[in-house]
Amino acid sequence: MRDVAVVGFAQSDSMRRETDRNEVEILIPVMQELRKKTGLTNDQVDFVCSGSSDYLAGQSFAFIAGLDAVGAWPPICESHLEMDGAWALYEAWVKIQMGYADLALVYGFGKPSMGDLPLTMALQLDPYTTMPLWPDAISIAAIQARLCQEGGTLSAEEMAERAVRDRGNAKSNPYAQVKGDFSVDGILADPYIANPLRKHDCSPISDGASVMIIASAEKAREFQDRPAFIRGFEHICEPMDFGVRDLTSSKSTEIAAEKAGVRADKIDVAELSAPFTHQEILVERALGLDESTNINPSGGALAGNPIMAVGLTRIGEAAARIWDGSADRAVAHATSGPCLQQNLVCLMEGN
Amino acid sequence: MAELTAVVGIGQTKYVSKRLDKSMPGLIREAAERALEDAGCTWNDIDAVIMGKAPDMFEGVMMPELFLNDAIGGAYKPMLRVHTAGSVGGSTGIVAASMVQSGIHERVLCVAYEKQSESNATWALSISLPFSLASVAGAGGYFAPLVRGYIRRSGAPEDTGIRVAVKDRQNALRNPLAHLQLKDISFEMVANSPMLWDPIRYLETCPSSDGACAMVMENEALAGKRSNKVAWIHATEMKSEPTMFSGRDQVMPQAILDNSKSLYKKAGITKPREEIDCAEIYVPFSWFEPMWMEGMRITDINQGWKMTYEGATALDGDFPVNMSGGVLSSNPIGASGLIRFAEAARQVRGIAGDHQVDGAKKALGHAYGGGSQYFSTWIVSSDKP
Amino acid sequence: MSEDPIEVFLQPIQLDYDYTAGVSASRFLRAIEQGKLLGQRCPVDGRVYFPSRGSCPQHAVPFADDGAVELPDRGTIVTYSIVRVPSENIPLELPYITVQVLLDGADTVLMHVLDGDLDTVRMGLRVEAVWKPKEEWTTSLANILYFRPLDEPDADYDSYKEHI
Repeated sequence: MRDVAVVGFAQSDSMRRETDRNEVEILIPVMQELRKKTGLTNDQVDFVCSGSSDYLAGQSFAFIAGLDAVGAWPPICESHLEMDGAWALYEAWVKIQMGYADLALVYGFGKPSMGDLPLTMALQLDPYTTMPLWPDAISIAAIQARLCQEGGTLSAEEMAERAVRDRGNAKSNPYAQVKGDFSVDGILADPYIANPLRKHDCSPISDGASVMIIASAEKAREFQDRPAFIRGFEHICEPMDFGVRDLTSSKSTEIAAEKAGVRADKIDVAELSAPFTHQEILVERALGLDESTNINPSGGALAGNPIMAVGLTRIGEAAARIWDGSADRAVAHATSGPCLQQNLVCLMEGN
Repeated sequence: MAELTAVVGIGQTKYVSKRLDKSMPGLIREAAERALEDAGCTWNDIDAVIMGKAPDMFEGVMMPELFLNDAIGGAYKPMLRVHTAGSVGGSTGIVAASMVQSGIHERVLCVAYEKQSESNATWALSISLPFSLASVAGAGGYFAPLVRGYIRRSGAPEDTGIRVAVKDRQNALRNPLAHLQLKDISFEMVANSPMLWDPIRYLETCPSSDGACAMVMENEALAGKRSNKVAWIHATEMKSEPTMFSGRDQVMPQAILDNSKSLYKKAGITKPREEIDCAEIYVPFSWFEPMWMEGMRITDINQGWKMTYEGATALDGDFPVNMSGGVLSSNPIGASGLIRFAEAARQVRGIAGDHQVDGAKKALGHAYGGGSQYFSTWIVSSDKP
Repeated sequence: MSEDPIEVFLQPIQLDYDYTAGVSASRFLRAIEQGKLLGQRCPVDGRVYFPSRGSCPQHAVPFADDGAVELPDRGTIVTYSIVRVPSENIPLELPYITVQVLLDGADTVLMHVLDGDLDTVRMGLRVEAVWKPKEEWTTSLANILYFRPLDEPDADYDSYKEHI
C-alpha cells in the first residue's frame, strides 16, 4: 500500500439554522480558508470527491451545486457519493492507492435545517413495511437505547457521562454548536424526549461543511511537517432490519476496527461521530477504547452534527492532533444509517 | 502501479416500464444473481459491493442502498453508494474497478438500478425552488435547445436524429433485454411521431424503464486463471465541469473532450476510430450520438452527423454504436451508464448474442449526466494491455 | 386472506422544506420585486452573471457586494425549444416556447418562455420582457410573464454564439 496522509482540513461552524446562506455559500468560505491555510491551488489537485444527500436538500442532484465552490475549470476528475464525506475520503484514498492520483480534495456538506431531519431520516427505512409508519430517527434510536439499558449493556448514568464529557470538551472547539458545563445529575433530572432518551443524549441538528486534503507521502510533506498517515481505513455495512442484527453492540465497527488494526497499539485520541450517547458507548467499546484514550477532544457529533460532513470532520479533528504533535496514533469514526448500521474507521499515525 | 482488473460476470434484468412482480430488492438481486452465475461465484466470494443509482427521489427512499444492503449480499461487507447524476452507472463501474485496481479487494460486485415505476422521475427532476422560474420541462426541455445549437453549428441535416433513432431501435430488436421493441420501425414512423421538445420527436427520446445491471470484477490473479473470455479494463476516466458559467460550451463541453483525450492516452490509443471496434454511448436523445462521436474524438468537430449518415455507426458499419439499442431503447436511469459499460464488456467477451459485433476486441463504454457536465468512460478489451 | 400479490400500493410522502435563496440571490430577488434586473460581475474576469448568484462557478470566488449591475429587460434569443409535453410543475398551455435569452449587457443566458408565433421563433431573434402588473410583483422571476419579439433586425450569430 502507498503511504497516504491527511494534510489539510477546514470546517464551518456547526450552526442550528443558517438562514442567510445556501449550501454553496456555506462551502465557499471553508474552501477558501483551506486554500489560504495550505496554499493549495487547483492545479495541484488530481481528484475531487464529495459527500452529500439530495433528500437533505430537498432537491434532486443537489450535489452538483457543490462544484461551484470547487472551481471545476478546467474540467476536473471528480466523483460524488450519496454518503458522508468520510466515505468520499475513502474513495479518494483508493484513487491514490491505485496510482490514479497523488493529491485529492474531499468535502462534505449538509443543510438539514431546511427540512424536518428526524422525519426525513424515516425515508431511509424499508419503503414497503417500515417507512409507511413514519418512525422518526430519534424514536428509532430510543428503541435501541431501551434495548441497551434493559439488557444491562449500559446505563442512563453512563450515557449522561458522555454528554457531560463531550459538551465540556467542546468548550475549546470554536466550531462546536452545543458546549458548556453540565452535570450527570442535572442531565438525569431532565425530561425524556423519547424515553429513554433525553435532549442531552441526542446530537444537535447542524448545518455545516468541511473540506480536506489528502496526499501521497511524496507530496504530504509539502503541506505538513508531521502528516497524519492513514495506516488503516475500513468500512463495513450491516443489514438494516432491526430484527437481524444485535443492536446492543456495533459489530460492523468491531470488524472495521479489527481490519484497520486499531487495537494493535495504544490510541491517543479518538474522534467519534455517533449521534446519540448510547451509540457513542457502543462505538467506544467496539473500538476497544478505555480511559487511556482522549475521546472526542472536539466534542464529537454530540457537540455538532453537520450531517454528511460530520464524519469527515472527525477525521480532520483527529488528524489535527497528529499535526500538532499531541497524538502519535489517532482513530476517527463515521456512521450512517439507523442504529449504527454502517461504520467507517480511519486509523492515523504521525510516524 | 494499478492492479490489472477484468469484468468476469455480467447480469441484467429485462428492461420494462413497470416491473410489478418484483420489489426493489428483488429487482437488483435478479441482476446480481445473474452476474454471479456468469462469473461462477457465490455471494461469499464477493469482498465489497458498490451500488449506484440516480437521485433518491426517483423511488422515494433516502440512500436506498442501506435497506437494500442484504439483498445485494452486502451484509458485513464494505459498501459504497455512488451518485454522479446521469453518469452514475458509469461512475459506479469505475469506482468498483478502482477497488480492485488499488489492490484493496480481489473481487467486487457492482450494481446499479432504477425502478422508475415506483415514483415520478419527471416530477423529481422538476422540483422548482420558490425563487426560481419553472420553465424547464424535464430533461428534454433542458437538452432540446442544446440540440438546436448543435444543428446550427454543424449544419447537420434535420433528419440526422431520425436516422439514429431508427438504427438504435433496429438494434434493440436483436437484444431480448431491450425495453422498446418496435417491430415495424421505419424512418417514416420516427419522422411522423409527435414533436415533443422541438427538434426532438417522441421516437427520438428514451423510455422510462425499470431495471438493474450488475458486474463482477476481479484482479489478474483470479481472472487470469479463467478459461472463458473476460473483459480486461484498459483505462477508466471521469471528468466534470460546472453546470454553467459565462461562455461555457454546453453543446461540446470541454469535460468530454478532456475525458476522451485522457482516456485514450491511458489506454494507449492514438487512432480511436481505427483501434476501437465498437462503442456503447449514453444517447438519451438521438442527436447525442453525433454530438458524442465528436466529443469522444471518433470524428472531427461538426462531422459526427456524417458517421450516422454514412451508416458508420450501424451494426455492420466501421464503428458500430449502441448495438444493444442503447438508452433510446432502455432507460433505467441510474443503471443506464452501467449497462453501457457492461454491454461494451459483453462485446469483447463475445457474448453479446444477436447484437454481437464480429471479432470485437476493444470497446468503449460512455455515460454522461447533469447538464452535459459529468462524463465517465472506460475501454475494455479481450486482450490484456 | 387473499393470495393475490400486492403489485402497487400508494404511499404519499410529504416533506416541507424552507429553502434559503442565499445572500446573492436574495439581493437579486429583492431587486426583481421592484422590477429591476440585477446581474453580478465576476471579480476575476468581469463577466456579468444573470441571474446573479453567490459565486463564480468557473473561478470559485464569492461575488462581491459591489459587483451588482442593473440590466435592461431586452435581449437576444440564443437558442430555444418548442415544448409539447405537459409537465406537472409548469402551468403553461401547450405548445409553448422555451428560450435562452441573453440580456443586453449580460454574459450568461436566462431560461424563460416566449409568447410568439411558433414559426417566427429563431436563434438571434431580439426580444423584450413583458411584466405582470406592478401590484402582482413578488420576489420571483415570474414577475416577467414572458418575452415577446422586438421589431429589430436579428442579432449577428457571432455576437451570441459563445453562449450556446
